[in-house]
Amino acid sequence: MKSDRHDMGNIDIAWCPGCGNFGILSVLKEVLAELDMAPEEMVIVSGIGQAAKIPHYLRTNFFNGLHGRALPPATAIKAANPALTVIAASGDGDMYGEGGNHFIHTIRRNPDITNIVHNNMVYGLTKGQASPTSGRGFTTPVQVHGVFSEPFNPVAVAVALDASFVARTFIGEKELTRDILKQAIQHKGYALVDILQPCVTFNRVNTYQWFREHTHVLEDHDPADRQEAFRRAIETERLGLGVFYVNDTRPTFEETLEVYRTDTSPLFMREPDMDKLSRLVEGLR
Amino acid sequence: MATEQTVVINDDVSCVLCGAAGQGIQTIEKILPRVLKRWGYNVYATKEYMSRVRGGSNSTEIRISSGRVMSYLDRIDILIPLDSEAISHLGGRIGPETIIIGDRERIRPGRNIIDVPFSRIAKDVGSPLYENIVAVGMLSGIFGVDRPIVEEEIKKAFIRKSEEVVEGNIEAFRRGHATGMDFCRAGRFCVKIRRNEGVTGDLLLSGSEAVGLGAIAGGCSFISAYPMTPSTGVFTYLARHADDFGIIAEQAEDEIAAMNMQLGAWYAGARAMVTTSGGGFALMTEAVSLAGMIESPAVIYLAQRPGPATGLPTRTEQGDLEMALYAGHGEFPRVIYAPGTLEDAFYLTRRAFNVADRYQVPVFILSDQHLADSVYNIPALDLDGLVVEKHFVETGRGYRRYEITDSGLSPRGIPGHGSGLVCVDSDEHDEEGHITEDLDLRVKMVDKRLRKMDLIRQDAVPPELIGMDGYRTLVMGWGSTYGAIRDALGMLNRDDVAFLHVKQLWPLHPDVAGHMRRAEKTILVENNATAQFGRILRMHAGIDVDATILKYNGMPFSVEDIAGGIEREAEY
Repeated sequence: MKSDRHDMGNIDIAWCPGCGNFGILSVLKEVLAELDMAPEEMVIVSGIGQAAKIPHYLRTNFFNGLHGRALPPATAIKAANPALTVIAASGDGDMYGEGGNHFIHTIRRNPDITNIVHNNMVYGLTKGQASPTSGRGFTTPVQVHGVFSEPFNPVAVAVALDASFVARTFIGEKELTRDILKQAIQHKGYALVDILQPCVTFNRVNTYQWFREHTHVLEDHDPADRQEAFRRAIETERLGLGVFYVNDTRPTFEETLEVYRTDTSPLFMREPDMDKLSRLVEGLR
Repeated sequence: MATEQTVVINDDVSCVLCGAAGQGIQTIEKILPRVLKRWGYNVYATKEYMSRVRGGSNSTEIRISSGRVMSYLDRIDILIPLDSEAISHLGGRIGPETIIIGDRERIRPGRNIIDVPFSRIAKDVGSPLYENIVAVGMLSGIFGVDRPIVEEEIKKAFIRKSEEVVEGNIEAFRRGHATGMDFCRAGRFCVKIRRNEGVTGDLLLSGSEAVGLGAIAGGCSFISAYPMTPSTGVFTYLARHADDFGIIAEQAEDEIAAMNMQLGAWYAGARAMVTTSGGGFALMTEAVSLAGMIESPAVIYLAQRPGPATGLPTRTEQGDLEMALYAGHGEFPRVIYAPGTLEDAFYLTRRAFNVADRYQVPVFILSDQHLADSVYNIPALDLDGLVVEKHFVETGRGYRRYEITDSGLSPRGIPGHGSGLVCVDSDEHDEEGHITEDLDLRVKMVDKRLRKMDLIRQDAVPPELIGMDGYRTLVMGWGSTYGAIRDALGMLNRDDVAFLHVKQLWPLHPDVAGHMRRAEKTILVENNATAQFGRILRMHAGIDVDATILKYNGMPFSVEDIAGGIEREAEY
């Protein structure tokens, strides 16, 4: 399907040739076209990093905020106007490192947003330091003796927090990525899509080849089975790809907000009730 | 020595009740000022408390007067100690004239003691927990307040408690009240404070409530915050009334999230605010800078307490003015308001929402523990002509969020309202909001953002001059020092001294410098150690103050502090 509506035409893109981000951008545009998503009705929220530049490369409303801070504004945007489709997209350093606390608490809150994490296991924009998902022993100009810390496991953390949708894919698996992204955007509630991608400039370990050898598509897996999802999530020798876990029973953050109980209009259309305010003030006499 | 002679309660009396956390000092503060106000007295109440949930020593001062009062006195006229620590806690504030009413065994000898066995009365009624209400009864009895008024307020205060608790408290109150009345009948007390029917219908509220009401009047529809004393009062007030006024109130995981949520909320068309104090605000500063870059409105209620770091969590200070002024990297406009009265707190908070939206800048409401926790009666809050100014536009095709204009203001669109795209970026950006490294465009964008400062300056709130125009000495203050300075000037009764209260600290209104130039001598009062506002005056108004009166022990200025300071400094 054509993705013209979201296409920016001939623009200067700051990513390195061969970067996995190109694949993510093109799949995202295809999925948005397939879902017939109007650029005016959606917002992409991102932080800082190479991945965080993605909203500049397609036609959409966007809020490109601070490093690590994509999820709080994304949550607030969705809460202030639930009619908008909100996607928070950024890299592994942004979402899991600088923004780790927001990652945890956004899952707990369960806003109806899609969280795309471009996971290349390295810091690109700052030129090659370790990220929270870098493998142990990974050497960099800073981690000169290799990474000592255990890699962050976003899928296991998300399942542990009972996230309402948890998936991992690899950008080398275009069809799978397209299918997962589509499901994630359509899912009601917080949806994590961790997308493995190589960094062709700064990560000589986790290459396209490496990902092919160290991933496998989940088979015979029931995403409703949380214990099984967790078991698959902590398998790190070969990383599973697919939808690990779905919990459709959790209400979304917006659904729990009292402001929408009897009135579904977005906050910008509303006026404060001055009669009630007057009564509140009179009550202080 | 027990006092047997008649205690004359003159026009302006300060009553202090002191006990451990958990003894219900707060409940006293909830009930007694309202009762006294309804009876026709002007009241002012403030509390000082330790950073703990049980134990320690907390006190509340209730000042009762026939004229309006809005500050606290060091002097204690009547003291009710609810535990044996109270006397040493209040130390030097207890003078030879202080009348102490309470259990004799809690009070060292050699004082003016009126022995009332509060603890025994409370135990007789059923629980030592009733002691605070026995004290409420005693004081309302001395002041001759009719029982039904007090009983109504007690029932209101315990509305969520069991019938048994309510009845116990009512009985405790009656016993205290009867004791107080008996004292009066026996001629032991003579209350000379004039009652004023006009006061009975006044509003009675705290600084926190006034800010909360101002936020509602300003159209606040979203508050995200992380609890931090002394800012939490506004957060809980808005959370309590959120359902009635269509407000989303969310406790964020940290202050970083709270401030970033606020910007997301404004972006999507809400009118948002955060509440915080120094340490929490420090975490928000990167997002303050983001507001500067994406030209987002923001409302920041910053209730100060003494720092650095955790400092004195429950005390007061005006130590964060320079932090508010300089918070956030890079150069961008902002507005700082500093309310001095409950009316200021209401009107300036309401204004903050409109001004933030009008100029697309962060606006601060700089308060502190002292104002947040001050309670007194005021005649009214003017709700007529309240306009919630909404400055966003419906976008059309080709909309550019950062269109370069003469005024520097670009029409602010919001996503989903119109056919345009709303693109905001923390990087330097072009008119559409896309990332750029075009250095000529960079200069244009900086100029555009700073150009808004001209409009903001023209819209500054003027300072308030209290006193005669032909003053020789000008006492200056900002924020919560208003009450103590005003009351001190009233006490000194000198027509050569006037008071200038500065309500907008940034950018300054030109009248601030104008008034200063007319004075022979300027005295600046600040509740901090280094006279931060004095530095701002020097740098941005080009005027040095002649003298300062500073206090930074964690307590607000008392009327006596200011009066003594002015007497010392206002000599020629």
